[in-house]
Amino acid sequence: MGVYNRILKKSLWVFHMSASPCNNCDIEVLDLLTPGYDLERFGIKLVGSIRHADVLLITGMGGCKISERVVRLYNQAPKPVFVVAVGTCPIGGATFKDSYSRCGPLDKLIPVNLYIPGCPPKPEAMIEGLLKLLGRLD
Amino acid sequence: MSEDFNLPVGPFHPLLEEAEYFKITLDGEKVKEIEMETGWMHRAIEKLSESNTFDQTIFLVERICGICSASHPFACVNALEDIGNVEIPLRARYIRSLIGEMERIHSHLLWLGLAGHFIGYDTLWMWAWKYREPILEVIELITGNRNHYGVFRIGGVRKDYDISLNTRVNEVMDMLEKKLSMVAKAAMDDPVLKSRLCGVGILTKEDAINYCATGPTARASGVAIDVRKDEPYAAYDLLDFDIIVREEGDVFAKTVVRILEMLESIKMVRQIIERLRKISGPIYNDVAEIPAGEGIGRHEAPRGEVFHYIRSDGSNRPIRHKIRAPSYVNIPTYEVSCPGMNLSDVMITLASVDPCYCCTERSVKLFDSKGTEIAQNLLELSQRKTDRLIDELGESELWKLL
Repeated sequence: MGVYNRILKKSLWVFHMSASPCNNCDIEVLDLLTPGYDLERFGIKLVGSIRHADVLLITGMGGCKISERVVRLYNQAPKPVFVVAVGTCPIGGATFKDSYSRCGPLDKLIPVNLYIPGCPPKPEAMIEGLLKLLGRLD
Repeated sequence: MSEDFNLPVGPFHPLLEEAEYFKITLDGEKVKEIEMETGWMHRAIEKLSESNTFDQTIFLVERICGICSASHPFACVNALEDIGNVEIPLRARYIRSLIGEMERIHSHLLWLGLAGHFIGYDTLWMWAWKYREPILEVIELITGNRNHYGVFRIGGVRKDYDISLNTRVNEVMDMLEKKLSMVAKAAMDDPVLKSRLCGVGILTKEDAINYCATGPTARASGVAIDVRKDEPYAAYDLLDFDIIVREEGDVFAKTVVRILEMLESIKMVRQIIERLRKISGPIYNDVAEIPAGEGIGRHEAPRGEVFHYIRSDGSNRPIRHKIRAPSYVNIPTYEVSCPGMNLSDVMITLASVDPCYCCTERSVKLFDSKGTEIAQNLLELSQRKTDRLIDELGESELWKLL
């Protein structure tokens, strides 16, 4: 794992998945890429395909219809893959915890490596979280 | 001879930042038909609202959409105040309008950036989102959060506006006005951009009316509707602003409408913060209870008209809460704006109405006469009906019919 981790640390590719969110965390994730925060300076890049991803960034409370797809996408991802739950929704459901269409929390569906709570988490908090993930690779 | 080809897009697609599924029927490279499947983002908000108190409902509807997170609570408090005939202090009316307009600026900038990204003009994306950052910073100074402001309450607002912020707000508005004119010039005079956007995804005035389109989508097609002017609420009747209308109905017209609307919003923000200097008084009126009755609330969100209907039976919870988000009527216009176009132009047409799928999600549950739920799977339902018919008629009888 030593060599693999050393390489991974320099270029973490992220796939963003929205599992019934309110859009807010998703926009903040996109915001990370723009000049204000510029996540790419850490070598972190958003990719379009799950098969290229090292990290799954999952937002939203996990609706029943989408949950099945989330599990399917997780199974398609090359392992090892790190799962990051962004926002309060995938962790505890936030205001939607009693919703009839909720199949979450996320860790009931797939194993989660890192939780970033907040509604929405500030971009600084997300950067902090992803850096913690990078630090864990040492 | 050409054959039809079905192209599935989604639910997880690099170009869609929300999960959504489109089925595009193609003839060669021309689009013949477009269909959409919803339900991926369904969160049962109307049902949840019935089990929440009125104060909690405002927080809940704020989380319908994270981009226009002031518009839903705005319409919701309008509806609740309509039930109880609640008077709002003048200062609170101005603060509400201030937040509404700030949100319009950041939402339109967000759209401008994404539209640039969709047609492969990433510079525009980075520019627009860079200038959006100071707006979010100002919103954070005023309300305490970048998104999900949580300032609306029945009878007024929760947080007062601090006059000492005026200098910073003015600074940001000056900067934005300068940069916006620069972006507008760069975007509106660019020959490449013009050839990509002009004449693409045309929505005629008749279709806009037939499909009940709202907001910038309708205004770019020549339909001059705007709730802020037609039925003023908050402080909009006291402010001086224009409705931007274009006749062309294509994606370029929608872009122009949004850019010019941002400049109008900047004008309004300047007026509001100047007047807030002179107006003092409370920021909310105490409301003891919401009486039995029903009320409607409307708000001109960045994407169009938000409509909330609330019925109360005198308890502390709504017994029915109906929400109609602007994207719910804007998205079906794809049916007329997409067919006949090249596949490469579909993405920008889909993006041109600024769709918010989170606002749009609905689900349908069918019950039979006995009150038991019918299976969601319509195929299974149909097959079961055939089985039942065979049982009733007997297989030999069916053969005779043939």
